[in-house]
Amino acid sequence: MNKQIIEAVNGNQAVPVSDSVHWIGALDPTLRTFDIILKTANGTSYNSYLVRGSEGVAVIDTVKEQFSDTFFARLESIASYDEIKVIVLNHLEPDHSGALPELMRRAPQAQLYISQRAQSMLKALLNQNDFQFKTVNTNDTVSLGDRTLRFLHTPYLHWPDTQCTYLEEDKVLFSADVFGCHFCDNRLFNDHVGDFRFSFEYYYAHIMRPFKEYVLKALALIEPLELASIAPAHGPVLRDRPLDYVKRYRELSTSRLHSEVKDQEKSLLIFYISSYGNTARMAEAIYAGAGEIEDVRVSLFDLEGSEVSPFVDLIEEADGLVFGTPTINGDAVKPVWDLLSSLAVVSTRGKHGAAFGSFGWSGEAVRMVEDRMRGLKMQLSVPGIRVKLIPTDEELGLCEEFGRNIANALVGRFEQKNIEIESL
Amino acid sequence: MAKAKLTFKDINVTVTVPIGVRVIEISDKVGSGIVYGCREGDCGTCLMKVEDGWENLSTPSVVEDKVLREHAAGKHFRLACQAQVLGDVTVSPA
Repeated sequence: MNKQIIEAVNGNQAVPVSDSVHWIGALDPTLRTFDIILKTANGTSYNSYLVRGSEGVAVIDTVKEQFSDTFFARLESIASYDEIKVIVLNHLEPDHSGALPELMRRAPQAQLYISQRAQSMLKALLNQNDFQFKTVNTNDTVSLGDRTLRFLHTPYLHWPDTQCTYLEEDKVLFSADVFGCHFCDNRLFNDHVGDFRFSFEYYYAHIMRPFKEYVLKALALIEPLELASIAPAHGPVLRDRPLDYVKRYRELSTSRLHSEVKDQEKSLLIFYISSYGNTARMAEAIYAGAGEIEDVRVSLFDLEGSEVSPFVDLIEEADGLVFGTPTINGDAVKPVWDLLSSLAVVSTRGKHGAAFGSFGWSGEAVRMVEDRMRGLKMQLSVPGIRVKLIPTDEELGLCEEFGRNIANALVGRFEQKNIEIESL
Repeated sequence: MAKAKLTFKDINVTVTVPIGVRVIEISDKVGSGIVYGCREGDCGTCLMKVEDGWENLSTPSVVEDKVLREHAAGKHFRLACQAQVLGDVTVSPA
């Protein structure tokens, strides 16, 4: 017996999602790289939705501009422009806002709703100074008669402007990029599409992981909701067991490895790499000094002995990071840069950082690494330490003190200092 | 030259500075936890809490006010890349 192919997306027809919701988005099957950093093996979708109530219609997000034709055709298949009372932009990124200017031109009576923080992104993305919009916050609602949209302020998932919209009566959560993934399948619904688990995990790992603290805040708003479906802005519509996906986000944003570091302890990771053993000896002295301070758990790692990504996992949860590098040709060495350039997937903001190293000629590397850590929004409260060639006993003593100072900074122990600006 | 004391509460450091200096000119040099993004008053990354001496900072510009509003900043919060020291002030990361 031939299996019937369940192709939900058909020509330019809208696809029913619930009693009052239709999908009116676009498939992009040929896309292979999204936004420079993400790969996709079968493309992506730009999910837009239309909600019909007794007193009007709402459009939730639009599509990337070059797919406008198909978006408007799907919209026209189930509604006329003069019925559109509400337009919601859960996210202003061009892959979702591309058709907005034309939509607003065709439906001038519609009211646009965006989040409060979205205001700072409007000019840059929509290049408009005269857009009329209303900003909304958590639990603000808008009525379509017998259908109610309730907003949830969920910023930094993954831009400042992001928010979610909940259709109360049908229990559908329009989640923007949250629970989304770059996976293109014309069967559309998660109980029918191909195996998209790796896309879902990959998307979280690259897009949401740096904003874990914001994921947790959003989950506090989402977990209490009754959910029939999650309708994200990319990838499959999650109508089958949507709560499993909420649970998965909770798992992914909770500490993945059991940690032995006690609650009151701060963790300090010292990374180093060394050619002739000089930077290594400095590292050992710093490790010894830091280890004297109570409530600080210190680890020492030679970068030669590992690939980058296991360290990224440790860095995600560490309170302080110290990098030791020689200077070769006026630069820090590649293994250090490899690690420092791999931290965009985690949040480093507010972690303590410091740098050290031995050098032969000019020793630029330590300051370059410090600049990089400042760029990663880390706090550098202990100036870097550089030693020419082989460290003397006195210099190793200074390294121990450096280690103690960093550990003390982690536990908030700072000696009171008065400084004249001239000395800076 | 008129001077003032700029104190970074999180690291317990007080710097004597000339009037008119912006917090951003000092905070990196002493290792405070205030972090920066665009460094030109647009992104809101450098939001700082003014613990004391609120009235001793320059008045926010229209542009800074807009950014503070967009970030739903509380009353005693300013952008460290914009705020200029006019008298004794104590600040900490937001």
